[in-house]
Parts: sequence; structure tokens; C-alpha cells
Amino acid sequence: MVDPTKHETHEGSKPSGPKTMGHEWDGIAEYNNPLPRWWVIVFMVCVAWAVVFAVLMPSFPAAKDYFGGMLGYSSRASLRGNLSETADARAPWLEPMKTLDASAIAANPELLQVAMRGGEVIFKENCAACHGVGGVGAKGYPALVDDEWLWGGTIPEIVQTITHGARNEDPSSHASLMPAFGRDGILQRAEIMTLADYVLAISQGQAGSDAGRTLFEANCAVCHGANGEGTKENGAPALNNQIWLYGGARNDIVAQITTPQHGVMPSWNGRLSEVDIKQVAVYVHSLGGGQ
Amino acid sequence: MPDASHASDGRSMFAATRKVYPRKAEGHFRTIKNRVNALLLTLYFVAPWIRWDRGPGAADQAILLDMSGRRGYFFGIEIWPQEVYYLTGILILGAVGLFFATALFGRVWCGFTCIQTVFTDIFVAVERAIEGDRNARIKLDKQPLSAAKIGRKALKNGIWLVIALLTSWTWLIYFSDAFQSTRDLFTGETSIWMLSMWAVFTASTFLFAGYAREQVCIYMCPWPRFQSAMFDEDSLIVTYEAWRGEPRGKVPKDGDFSGRGDCIDCGLCVQVCPTGIDIRNGSQLACIGCALCIDACNGVMAKLGRPPNLISYDSVANQVARAKGRTTKIRLLRPRTVIYGAILMLVAAVMVTVLALRDRETVNVLHERSPLYVRMSDGSIRNGYTVKVLNMRREPQTFRLSLAGVPGATLNVIGYGERDAATVELPVEGDVVGTFRVYVSIPKGAKASGIEMILESETTGARIVNHAPFAVPGS
Repeated sequence: MVDPTKHETHEGSKPSGPKTMGHEWDGIAEYNNPLPRWWVIVFMVCVAWAVVFAVLMPSFPAAKDYFGGMLGYSSRASLRGNLSETADARAPWLEPMKTLDASAIAANPELLQVAMRGGEVIFKENCAACHGVGGVGAKGYPALVDDEWLWGGTIPEIVQTITHGARNEDPSSHASLMPAFGRDGILQRAEIMTLADYVLAISQGQAGSDAGRTLFEANCAVCHGANGEGTKENGAPALNNQIWLYGGARNDIVAQITTPQHGVMPSWNGRLSEVDIKQVAVYVHSLGGGQ
Repeated sequence: MPDASHASDGRSMFAATRKVYPRKAEGHFRTIKNRVNALLLTLYFVAPWIRWDRGPGAADQAILLDMSGRRGYFFGIEIWPQEVYYLTGILILGAVGLFFATALFGRVWCGFTCIQTVFTDIFVAVERAIEGDRNARIKLDKQPLSAAKIGRKALKNGIWLVIALLTSWTWLIYFSDAFQSTRDLFTGETSIWMLSMWAVFTASTFLFAGYAREQVCIYMCPWPRFQSAMFDEDSLIVTYEAWRGEPRGKVPKDGDFSGRGDCIDCGLCVQVCPTGIDIRNGSQLACIGCALCIDACNGVMAKLGRPPNLISYDSVANQVARAKGRTTKIRLLRPRTVIYGAILMLVAAVMVTVLALRDRETVNVLHERSPLYVRMSDGSIRNGYTVKVLNMRREPQTFRLSLAGVPGATLNVIGYGERDAATVELPVEGDVVGTFRVYVSIPKGAKASGIEMILESETTGARIVNHAPFAVPGS
């Protein structure tokens, strides 16, 4: 400690009080306490560290480029390194997936586990926006957890649907349109009502009216099947069950017959790698409804 | 602003570090300390090299906390991460054991077995061998720098460093196979993390045992702060018989000790103390109970022909009794020690029982919540589960999964068994967690709030029943 008596002290403070810088404005004086030694040492170490860091690491901007440091470190290169390390770590499982088809992946217990986990991540990033987390679906967006499939629920069919999508510009995409029976005047309002009642009835396992059956066989059965079981060639949903894409209330059914809505799914060919598509297909198939 | 580092009278509240130069002591307790040191160090350095056959492909180290493999091995006992509560049990045993020992014998842990004490003892022994005993060391430190001084200091620090390196490497090979890790070290395949940890533990061993020494006990360790709560008047502690020693004085020329105390104030008890305290001031925080002052004082008393144990390992109650001339007795059986002993036995019994009865196969069932349930096209309701089967045995097992509680419930396991089956066989390799995606469907109209998943091992016959929730619409 410095002997306080050898320095000027602030007026009003005891002679033993802290020393001041000797100047004063409006009665305010500035203490002259020394910086703690530990603080000075830490500060000096930081300065030294900064100098070393500036020499070794990228530090100074230059006119066009920058000084890259003697170690040649770059966060981009580091990221690339990490990514390739990750790729190498995954290679033992992803390599065989390149040559195997998705069904063969699902048949291999180890690859099945990997594909389900990998597919889950890819699904969350790319598919969950429409199909919901876990594939629960929403009105207009098919649920993937149940056992009704518009375009088929086997693994090759799921791969096909993911790869090319539905109703998009991809020439191989699924394409089908339901006629607008009401808007285009194919059926009268009363007929649509009869038809809607019939569809409601068969969805609950009842026979339905004869008039409805006649209308159904004439207009709907070609796509939705004679008993309303649906056909996957046309992406026509089954109507003889409780699973509805656009709602199962009478109004919903009337609306769909009058002015049908159609879902569009993008083609993932090129957006996702083949291996990614296989993993998502295995994952979707594993959600419970896979055939 | 008042300065927190100064008391109100302006004195600094910081005590400057006073270097302690422990003098060599000889006697009963020094011998015990040497033997305890030898025993503990032998155990510590040898244990990781002991092998224990657990079959092909399994770790064969008897004591190993395999961090990357997530297994703890202790001879025939194997601990999985979810059984880490055994570690809690061991910590409780350690804590109660420490209380028990302290109530009986004072700070025997601190004085004889604590890693800080043992390694400080070893480091001081090295220092003494190179720089000489107390007086020679004080003299050496006061000398100006010379080639001889630098040489001695360098040699001392070098040997310390070697001990620290060996000690910390031994620590690391409790966590990573001893032979493989050491081989990797010589072939240059040791990971940067392992080397970093080696450096950290080496530095801490070197600094704590070489330079911090008693500072660790006095300022860093929490144990001295509440040790007084563990003592009672019957606990054995290192204590000075003030009634017999005082008033102290120089050695009487005529050898007549009448009318004065036995203490000749030679200061040897202070000089041998590894924490540099004066035991004659009474029981204190910095006393680690190593009893070396007893050895030092008994040597002096023997020379003077006075009775030994002026400083003794004794209880406060006995000291009082002795001062008043009453008979003394050592009371080991006291409510405090009985209760500590009982708690110790209880915890040990619980641990042994739990260990003996623990299951070697466990199942965890996670109910899918997104979606809670799915209505299938035939009106049946399906719930999804992730079933994790832990096979803690070395051999592969096949588990038969079946359902109970809801009539007509069926199983679908992704990748295994038939569709809509009543039972599905799930193979699980030895020493792994098998993960299965399981769907349970109940018929249309069936009511359920839960379902029993029954897992039977075809290999061992073990049967595990898991009550899993089952969600239905409107639930």
C-alpha cells in the first residue's frame, strides 16, 4: 500500500483518506487509486494475447483481400472440414443406400433404423410444412400416418410420389383432376345433395339411397371405385371410410363435388438427393400406414 | 467508500502467504503415514492395470468408467448410464463414512488418506531429498540465485513433474482402457482431448501438491469449515495437554521440572507441522490431524525423560479427566457414532440389495404424441410407440412382445413380425439398446385409456410388463 500521507488528500477527507489527483471542480475531486495489480497483469496478458492472435489468425483488412494470419485458419474451411468429417462418419450407412432401393433399405434392420432417423430429420425440414410434424396432415394435406393412400402406400409408390410430386410441371408427376360437377353444370344442385348423402352413408358402412347409388355409378365410380374404395391410379380417395381429405361434413362433401379442390405437391427430384428421398420414403412408410 | 479488504482500524484483512517448511518427523504416526501412503498409492497406480474377462469384444479392464462407451465397470459389476444412481449411493456412503470416521477418530481422512495430503507428503519428501531438511531449505531459499540453486530447484521441479505426469495419466486410464491408451500414447495416436486432460490434471497435481499444499486445506477445502460440527468431546483429536505443559519455559539446567510445565518451547511441533500451525493454541481449522507433532514432541519428551504424549491423540473429555486426575476411557460407542454407523449400514444394505435384485433387461416405452392417435380406414384406432429394450446381458436375447388389457388389440412393429399380429419377436443383441417402432391398434368402438405391453425374454424367461397410455378420440 502507498503511504497516503505523502500525497495530497481530498479536502474534507481525513489525512488518511484516499489520495487525489490534486485537481478539483465544484468540490469534486478525482481519486488517484492505483489499478489493482491483478487487473494490470490480466490486461497486459490480454494485450500480449491480442498481438499473438493478430499474427496467427485472420485479423487485418487489406485493400482487396485481408491478412489471413500465419496459421491460415478460415472458418469456411473449418466448416467444410466438419461437413466432410460428418459425411465420412455417415458413409458406412449412406453408401449402401445409394445402390439399394428403398424397400431393400427397409428390410435391413440396421439401415432401417438409420433411414428412419435420417428420414425424420429430412421430413421435418421439407415435408412437415404441409403434411404436419409426424405426418399428421391437415385439411387438404393428406395425413401420412393412416392407411389411406391417394397414390399408393408401398415403398416404391411413396418414392415415386416424393420424387415427382403431384399436379406439377414435372412430366412424371401424378396428375388427375376431378370434374367440377356443380360449377360446370354436369349435375344439378338436387343431384349433388343426393350424391353427398349417399357418400356420407357409404362412409359409415350403410347402403345409401338407390338414387344416390345410380348417380354415383354414373359419375363417380370410374375413379372412386364401384364401392367407393378409391383408385390410386387416379389419386382418387376412398370414400367408404372415415378418412377425409377436405372434410367429412355434408357441406364439405357438397363443396368438393361442386367445385373440387386439388392438392399440389412439388417434385423433389433434384431438391433432395436420391438417398434422402429413399430415407424419407422409409420414414413415411414407417409412420404406421405403410403397405 | 470503505475498503472491503481492510478492517475498520485500517489493518489489511489479507494474511500474506507464509511459506511452510515442514521438518522431517520420526515416530509412530510417521510410520503409519508411510504405510498408508504406500498402500493407497499402490492401489491407485495398480488398479487400472488389473484385467477382468467379460467375454469377447467387451472391455476387459477391472475398474473402468468408459465415457465413450457409456458403461461403468467394477470387476463383475457393470453399470449403465441409467443406473448412475449407484454413484449417488457411493457418494452418500463416502459422505456418511467421512462423518463416521471423523466422529470416531477426528480428521483421519485429512491427515492420512486425503489425496491432497498423500501427494503433498510425496512432493515434500522429494523436496527434502534434494534440498535437505527444513533449515537447509530455508537457507537455500534465502541464498541469491546460483547455478547450484537453479540446478536443485530444476531437479526438484523435474521430479515433481514426472510424478504429476504419472499420477494424472493413471487418473485418465480409469476412464479409457489402460493398455490401449498407453499404447496410443507411444504410437502418437492419443487424441488432443486426452492430451489436454492430461495437461490439466498434471498441472493441478503439480501446483496443488508442489506449491499450494496447505493452502488447499486451509482456503480451498470446505471440509474444515464444518468439521467442528462432526466432533464431540469424545472424538479423538490431536490435542495439547495444556494443564501439564504450561507454563512453558526453556530446558531447566538442573533437570527440575517442578513448578513449571513440561513444554520446553522447542517449537519442534510447529516445525514438523505440514500446515505450519501451533497445536498448543488448541484445536483449529488448519489442523489436518496428521499427528506428526505428536511424533516430534514424544521424541523430545523421551530425551528429557518426561512422560510422553504431551501432545496426544486423545479426546477432549479425556483431557479434562486427566487434568483433574480422574481415570480416562475411550468411548467409541456413542449415540453419534451409533447413528452414523447405522446409516452407513443401511445405505450399504440398500445398495447391495438393489444391486443384487436389479434387472438385466429393461424396457422404456415412449408414447407418440404427434399424433396422439390415428383413425384408420376401418375405424380402428392406432397409437404409436417407441419401445426401447435394454439388454444389459452380454448374450443376445429375443423378446416376445404381446399385449393385454384391451381385447382385439393388435401389434405392428416396423421391420419385424407379421402385420396386425398378436405377438412379435424382437431380437436384441447383447449389451445394446434395441429401438423398435411399435403401433398398437384397437378395434372400432373399443374403449381404452391404457394398454399393457408384455415383454418376455425367450432366452432367460424374464417378464416385463409396461403400462403404456393409449389415446382414443375424445380422451
